[in-house]
Amino acid sequence: MTPSLDPLLVLVLLLNLFLLGTTRLRAVIGSSALQGVVLGVLAFVVHGHAAIEAFLVAAGAVIVKGFIIPRLLYKAMRDAAIHREVEPFIGFIPSLLLGAVGAGLSVLFAQTLPLVPEHKATLLLPTSFATVLTGFIILTTRRKAITQVVGYLVLENGIFVMGLALLQAMPLLVEAGVLLDLFVGILVMGIIINHISREFSSMDTARLSSLKE
Amino acid sequence: MLLALVIVPLVLGAVAFATPSPKLRPWLVPLGAVAHAALTLYFLMQPAAAALGGWLVLDPLGKVVLGFVSLLFLICAFYVPGYLALRPGRKTSIFCAALLAFLGTMSLMILSHHLGLMWVAIESATLSSAPLLYFNRNQRSLEATWKYLLIGSVGIALALFGSFFLAYSALKGGMGSSLLFEDLVHDAPHLSIPWLHVAFVILLVGYGTKMGLAPMHTWKPDAYGEAPGLVGALLAGGLTNCAFLAILRFVQICGAAGEGAFARHLLVVMGLVSMAVAGIFMAGQRDYKRMLAYSSVEHMGILVFGIGIGGLGTFGALLHLVNNGLGKGLLFLSAGNIHRAFGSKRTEDVTGALRLAPASAALFLAGFFAITGSPPFGPFMSEFTILNAAVTGGRFATAALFLLMLAIVFIGMGATVLRVVQGEPSDIAKARGYKERFLTVGPAVVFLVLVVLMGVYIPSPVSGLLHKAAASLELQ
Repeated sequence: MTPSLDPLLVLVLLLNLFLLGTTRLRAVIGSSALQGVVLGVLAFVVHGHAAIEAFLVAAGAVIVKGFIIPRLLYKAMRDAAIHREVEPFIGFIPSLLLGAVGAGLSVLFAQTLPLVPEHKATLLLPTSFATVLTGFIILTTRRKAITQVVGYLVLENGIFVMGLALLQAMPLLVEAGVLLDLFVGILVMGIIINHISREFSSMDTARLSSLKE
Repeated sequence: MLLALVIVPLVLGAVAFATPSPKLRPWLVPLGAVAHAALTLYFLMQPAAAALGGWLVLDPLGKVVLGFVSLLFLICAFYVPGYLALRPGRKTSIFCAALLAFLGTMSLMILSHHLGLMWVAIESATLSSAPLLYFNRNQRSLEATWKYLLIGSVGIALALFGSFFLAYSALKGGMGSSLLFEDLVHDAPHLSIPWLHVAFVILLVGYGTKMGLAPMHTWKPDAYGEAPGLVGALLAGGLTNCAFLAILRFVQICGAAGEGAFARHLLVVMGLVSMAVAGIFMAGQRDYKRMLAYSSVEHMGILVFGIGIGGLGTFGALLHLVNNGLGKGLLFLSAGNIHRAFGSKRTEDVTGALRLAPASAALFLAGFFAITGSPPFGPFMSEFTILNAAVTGGRFATAALFLLMLAIVFIGMGATVLRVVQGEPSDIAKARGYKERFLTVGPAVVFLVLVVLMGVYIPSPVSGLLHKAAASLELQ
């Protein structure tokens, strides 16, 4: 493990908190994109010695998570002419606190699991757990369809961090498949968001409530 | 060669998308289904085959699921041209292409023996089924598609997370991390147990979401309620069974690691919860397609319950995989016809289906008796086998609970089904002038014949496949 890992992981954790605390959609999308870029750099730092394969995974992550997907989301945002997340089911400050407590618990949880020696001193696994948790908080507490997609992205980012500990288990082909599925998934979600905002004149998923018992 | 099972449907899907003739296009789906079924039959008769350096393997478990999914798709495919003829003015190019892509990606998922590839395949199958749900292009189907995609994607994202936990447990065990199924089973005795436990729980929640086990089932009533009947049949008998196969693979790994009891205990609890939730929501259900969704939740519960009981229950669960799928095909196709006849799926508007659409209504009624486990239909045999396994295993309280749930579901479902088929149809419904056609009734009749056949006599090649698959789960 190279020593420059933890500062980057702390950056990922800070971006989690920023994502939980901000109201402007543009900033939310932007920080999820920045998180994607940081993850790409992380992948490169962790497996820099593993030559071309690691480089391709890193570059793929940066391009898909950092540029292509944010562009799709910005476009969906412009088409729907919505700029702010309003009245989340749990307020911004409480969800921020929830995220901070979650990050602390993630560190404790990672310590209860038996880690291999080289992962003991890093924040790799706690960051992964905390990011997955952040994704869940965003997914369950926010109302706008776009923010929920960002929540899914953050969740996926957390899983990506976990994957960094296991690059040899995930060959390039599978890694590429995961990124492709992520991209197509977001693309399809973007199309549906577009239809939602046209049909309901809103992107508020609280309006998607005609189907219930 | 195995790859042909994936490539043939995908290529035909692309052809269907590009075909300009709307008359010809729907017939490409049965064509793809026949080709896929022929290939499947060929591979079922061969000994276990592998391709791509062990990434794709057709093992006994895979043979059962692949054989069933191919058969289900074959029968449903012949429903497609007749169904699309009833829905003029809809875009069929995306629908036909998505159907074939769905078949290809499900096949890839069944063949995958690399957990990462399996994940990619099931996510692709989810994505290719999204346009199928959105076929009606109205607000309700939009809402259903959104929930299906978001909940499904989050569920499978969790499954990937769980797969990583599994790989980490191998890493901690000192084996180097691998996501190849054979490696994991082989190294299972050395896996790090705490990581394995967490991995299994996350994987069960992740793939359980896709399977529609309670309490992660919330997408199911919306999706099955709004999707065309034939899509419901494919989801309830195809994709959910694929997710079940994934869970079975993790049960195999847990068993090989000596942690089978841990996994089985969780499965029994999960199964009973699913059956209970289904029973509660089925009582007084006024939407007969949503009712079918809860029935699916119930039967997914029965599947994991059977595996959890183990022993003879494993065979019962695999048999039930086939029987439930056949019964769901029968129910969803006939319900789709009734929906077309009345233009509504609410029991306030739909009464007297036996008069307006006699064949479909009779099939729907037969499907109800089949799926609730009445003799002489197949599900009776499989549910009885599972119950028998629970009793002979000395788990009387569990067996009693299982029986109680079945009874509750029977009563709840019966009330809704009888309301639909009996009585006098409204004048509005009569004015729609619906006529039963061979192409839309025939496939449902085939399902009925098969589900009866499975109840009275299981053909020996089929029971051979099932026994081999059950043995592969029990030995490890």
